[in-house]
Amino acid sequence: MTPSLDAYVLLSSALFAVGFLGVLVRRNTLVIFMCLELMLVAATLALVAFSRFNGTGDGDVFVFFILTVAAAEVAVGLAIIVALFRTRQTIQVDRIDSLRR
Amino acid sequence: MEHLAFNCLSVFALACALGVVLSKNAVNGAMCLLLCLAAVAGLFVELHAYLLAFILVLVYAGAVVALFLFIVMLLDMQGGQPWHFRGVQAVAGLVAAALLIAGLDLIAIRGRLGAGPASPGDVGSSLELYAYPLFTTYLLPVEVIGFLLLVAMLGVIVLSRRAGEPGESK
Repeated sequence: MTPSLDAYVLLSSALFAVGFLGVLVRRNTLVIFMCLELMLVAATLALVAFSRFNGTGDGDVFVFFILTVAAAEVAVGLAIIVALFRTRQTIQVDRIDSLRR
Repeated sequence: MEHLAFNCLSVFALACALGVVLSKNAVNGAMCLLLCLAAVAGLFVELHAYLLAFILVLVYAGAVVALFLFIVMLLDMQGGQPWHFRGVQAVAGLVAAALLIAGLDLIAIRGRLGAGPASPGDVGSSLELYAYPLFTTYLLPVEVIGFLLLVAMLGVIVLSRRAGEPGESK
């Protein structure tokens, strides 16, 4: 008896929601970025589950692409955060409010 | 048996995800992210996607989390800026997350996902399953992804250079 597709979809949506909550609630740019990665992984889990239950391997191939894009995104994002820290001496989103004024 | 493994892994993954959101220290958050990724890799194994589980651990746990830890140490935020949930923001975040999960689950339930096959189809787990589509159906995306990686690499090099450094064309 294997878990049903519903269980996987519920789990992946719960993971996505937790990551979304983190993006909205946390003020540290690095933690927000980690929560973004969490959301990507949740989407990946849903893709693999759908692919398996559909009986094709296409979803798995898309997961390859997602992983590649995530790796590139992390590299660029962290470089931006480091550049931000160099100019502003902070990475708290509350203090990065030039556009608000 | 598989139900037990699924339940354990999913509870573990959710707990670690909450740990990422709630941990005060960014290093602890990164460690929780690592554990969460390990749990998701376990779920991949349960779905018979062994290669993807391996790649997830290799790329995410090996490269991405290590990079995160490296940057956290570099920016040295240990102990600094303790955080607290601010009233309006925390409530708005909780409501938004609840709405999101409710909407997604409504789709999952109304969409009659149960109408499909009740168990994972046996599509095999050989490398050919991944390699053949990558070089036929998805050849163009593969090339675009390769170009994207090149552009990302160049972007990181440009971003990590200080303005006015020697070598900067002026």
